[in-house]
Amino acid sequence: MITIFGIPSAALFGQLLIGLINGSFYALLSLGLAVIFGMLNIINFAHGAQYMLGAVAAFLMLNFLGVNYWGALILAPLIVGAIGIVIERTFLQWLYKLDHLYGLLLTFGLALIIEGTARNYLGSAGLPYALPEALRGGQNLGFMFLPNYRAWVILVSLVICFGTWYAIERTRLGAYLRAATENPTLVRAFGINVPVMITLTYGFGVALAAFAGVMAAPIYNVSPQMGAELIIVVFAVVVIGGMGSILGAILTGFGLGVVEGLTKVFFPEASNTVIFVVMAIVLLVRPAGLFGRGT
Amino acid sequence: MEMKVVKRTFALAAQITGFAAALACGTAQAQQINVKIGALTDMSSLYADLAGPGTVEAVRLAVEDFQKANPNSNVKVEIVSADHQNKADIGTNIANQWIDREGVDVIVDTPNSGVALAVNEIIRTKNKVFINSGAASSDLTGAKCSPNTVHWTYDTWMLANGTGKAIVKNGGDTWFFLTADYAFGHALERDTAAVVEANGGKLVGKVRHPINTSDFSSFLLQAQSSKAKIIGLANAGGDTINSIKQAAEFGIVAGGQSLAGLLVFASDVNALGLQSAQGLILTNTFYWDANDQTRAWTKRWQQARPGKIPTMVQAGVYAGTLHYLKAVAALKSKDDGKAVVAEMKKLPTDDVLFGKGTIRVDGRKIHPAYLYEVKKPAESKGPGDIYTLRATIPAEEAFRPLKDGGCPLANG
Amino acid sequence: MQASSSPVSATPVTVRQPSLLQRQGELIGFVIMVAALIVAPYFTYPLFLMQAMCFALFACAFNLLIGYVGLLSFGHALYFGWASYISAHAAKVWGFNPEFAILTGTLTAAVCGFLAGSLAIRRQGIYFAMITLALAQMMYFVALRMKFTGGEDGIQAVPRGYLFGFINLNNETTMYVFVMAVFLAGFLLIYRIIHSPFGEVLKAIRENEPRAISLGYKTDRYKLIAFVLSATLAGVAGSTKAITLQIASLTDVNWPMSGEVVLMTLVGGLGTIFGPVVGAFVILAMQFKLSSVGEWVLVIQGVIFVTCVLLFRRGIVGEIAALFRR
Repeated sequence: MITIFGIPSAALFGQLLIGLINGSFYALLSLGLAVIFGMLNIINFAHGAQYMLGAVAAFLMLNFLGVNYWGALILAPLIVGAIGIVIERTFLQWLYKLDHLYGLLLTFGLALIIEGTARNYLGSAGLPYALPEALRGGQNLGFMFLPNYRAWVILVSLVICFGTWYAIERTRLGAYLRAATENPTLVRAFGINVPVMITLTYGFGVALAAFAGVMAAPIYNVSPQMGAELIIVVFAVVVIGGMGSILGAILTGFGLGVVEGLTKVFFPEASNTVIFVVMAIVLLVRPAGLFGRGT
Repeated sequence: MEMKVVKRTFALAAQITGFAAALACGTAQAQQINVKIGALTDMSSLYADLAGPGTVEAVRLAVEDFQKANPNSNVKVEIVSADHQNKADIGTNIANQWIDREGVDVIVDTPNSGVALAVNEIIRTKNKVFINSGAASSDLTGAKCSPNTVHWTYDTWMLANGTGKAIVKNGGDTWFFLTADYAFGHALERDTAAVVEANGGKLVGKVRHPINTSDFSSFLLQAQSSKAKIIGLANAGGDTINSIKQAAEFGIVAGGQSLAGLLVFASDVNALGLQSAQGLILTNTFYWDANDQTRAWTKRWQQARPGKIPTMVQAGVYAGTLHYLKAVAALKSKDDGKAVVAEMKKLPTDDVLFGKGTIRVDGRKIHPAYLYEVKKPAESKGPGDIYTLRATIPAEEAFRPLKDGGCPLANG
Repeated sequence: MQASSSPVSATPVTVRQPSLLQRQGELIGFVIMVAALIVAPYFTYPLFLMQAMCFALFACAFNLLIGYVGLLSFGHALYFGWASYISAHAAKVWGFNPEFAILTGTLTAAVCGFLAGSLAIRRQGIYFAMITLALAQMMYFVALRMKFTGGEDGIQAVPRGYLFGFINLNNETTMYVFVMAVFLAGFLLIYRIIHSPFGEVLKAIRENEPRAISLGYKTDRYKLIAFVLSATLAGVAGSTKAITLQIASLTDVNWPMSGEVVLMTLVGGLGTIFGPVVGAFVILAMQFKLSSVGEWVLVIQGVIFVTCVLLFRRGIVGEIAALFRR
């Protein structure tokens, strides 16, 4: 058997694949953050809470409305996205003229409210959510056992991520969006309703978080605090990638998932700090981030 | 002591009012003993489900049952509760204030070892009573034991010993550990491994994962390829839930390996659902569906906590509170915390949830422990029907022998 | 950008003397504060007051960065928490006198502040906040893993010991006086920094960094010094807290603590001298009162955050000051 650094290459390949799966979640979440930041200039601290809301919505729909996983995959992002739109209209829209830090503080407060409310009504231990029937079991790939659900996660996140990238970078709507980010007044002069566009963008970013939440529900513990710590890691991912580019956010997300996966094999003790260490190194070598433009 | 003298300068105003109140009470009824119980627990955070509001309800039931059994008793009870938010400094503050200002005599529950050890010290200094149910640390009756503390329900040694020994005896003789990489996980792993090896089992490997990991697939793959019969989960809370959930996904239990949870509560099993948790082996000291008495008690408890199932922590709070009140009634005094605890140790314990038992000189409550296996969804007759009894660990074997704990009280 | 090679500033910034009214207001405020702290133990629980003073100093240290340099650090728990661990360890295991224990903790915070600060000031605005948060989270995981911190148990029963070898801090009054002295010294030091020429440069950076650079200031160096000062003072607060409450735990180093200090400062008033003190007392009193109500603490904190950002950006003290100015 071929070994690399004492680890059989087959096992290594398995771990790489697993890293890619975890990267899917980082990519989905940092993509949402990047989209929101691009348009609103706000770092959405509530992103983790909204990710949690997606998972909780899936649980509630299954248990009280009889909506299964597939229904939740569509409905939960729509519902949570709608909540996002309400949040943007009631709170965020008053902050655009202020220092960006206020956006961070406000969304931090929102995150606390959402998490606290969820704890009060749902408890803190967690909520059961079983794997959807159709995706149970798995494939023996020879070098590892790949659960079908994991294959599904990686497939869907790739589609969503690159679909978003395509929509923003290659379509007319995306062109308006990018133009509105650069120069809102000019775009308004073309007869485009910029405030509505901003609102919808926030709703879309939030929906992405909720989507990731539904994807996570069958494999991770569905609990009110599931998003709080994840969001800090995703922040580090965003610092590493730089939020200037959509593609950058996606690639960094997947890439760091792989880095973390490999750390779990070679030096498991450090696997929850490795992303922060990478961040520190990137800041030393390339302060603007891998794909960043200035600042 | 010097500290007390100084406190007087600060608490002068409070003392005057307190004195006046005492005078008023004294003249009204000379014999009456007013006991104030403080339930210091986690109402809003990680342990809220296994303790929290359910703990407060358990205290209430204990008081109710005590008064029902002793209608003519001159012990009057008041209950207060507070949320320590899992912060040791908030817990310390509440405990100090409760005792200094509000006249609390006994603090119960207190999950989170950090907070519990802090409260343990305060109670010792101020000579009150601490009946711990929620914390896991076996130090409470070991190196840090106190003549004012009773540790009721469980501890890390008992979990490691009970689970390790019973599983090896049932044929699970090769182990792989999935360990949370910090002091608590290390201790659980070390203790369990020692028991496994002492009983003829073999350790074939281990991996240490950082705490609060969401993805366990890498670690589970290593556990899977180790071919060990038993995968021991030396972790807690969300980490345990995540590792069990993902083990089901990777077909680990279906593939013939078993998971042994070293610290799993009924509330965790509920959070997982039977679909994910089936086949998990764990040790508890209380199961609501054990006999008619526990079922009847659970029914009463559920009137305030509909849809929940009580955990062993909440059961321990009930039993501990009840026994405390019995001791106060027997002693006809509540003022000297050490004396009350000594009385608690002297009286044999007897309650509907844990049956007959004793409290050892180091403060350790002694009762049997039970090895349970989580049922398959098809076997379960309804919500809450989650465990099958696999083995009983008799009381005398369930807890750490007195001489091994290093508790100074054990030396006479 | 980082290594600007311009010569050391030739144009000194003129020190703007605060107006007489402002000076008077600050003096009155200071007198009221000291008087309140002397009287308070007769009415409130002294241990609570000591804890509140530690947090007030922590918030003041944090405010030095956000209020006067415009840098939002979302990771100040790192300095507070690590200082509290090290000072608790020094007092308990190494048997240091309290003043040396606090000094050791403070030095730790200063070193951490220097390392984290050097990284964080490479980016601005929101990125700065995210970097500080991420670094603090990393150090939280380190604290969780290290043996000496006791993991979830924390470091318990830290001895208060004898100050300078002969003043017994187990005496509650002495302890109170000591904490008050530390708090006031830290407070006055921050006041001094803000009103020094150095502080004026910081404010210039806050208002317009490119302009400050064009005036020849090495703004990065100023920002780093301010960051280290802030971390150090947070370290004083953390170390003193560990000795006072005789405990160091994970709470002190975890991210919600970073959020709490932001909240305290925001409620009291960003960039006001007394704001953080008022905010710290208000938030702590609230946590304390709510501990018997139970579950809603987190939600209420969130609501306060949102309300402050939307309606009271000046905070309590800022609003009061604005009233007087009218």
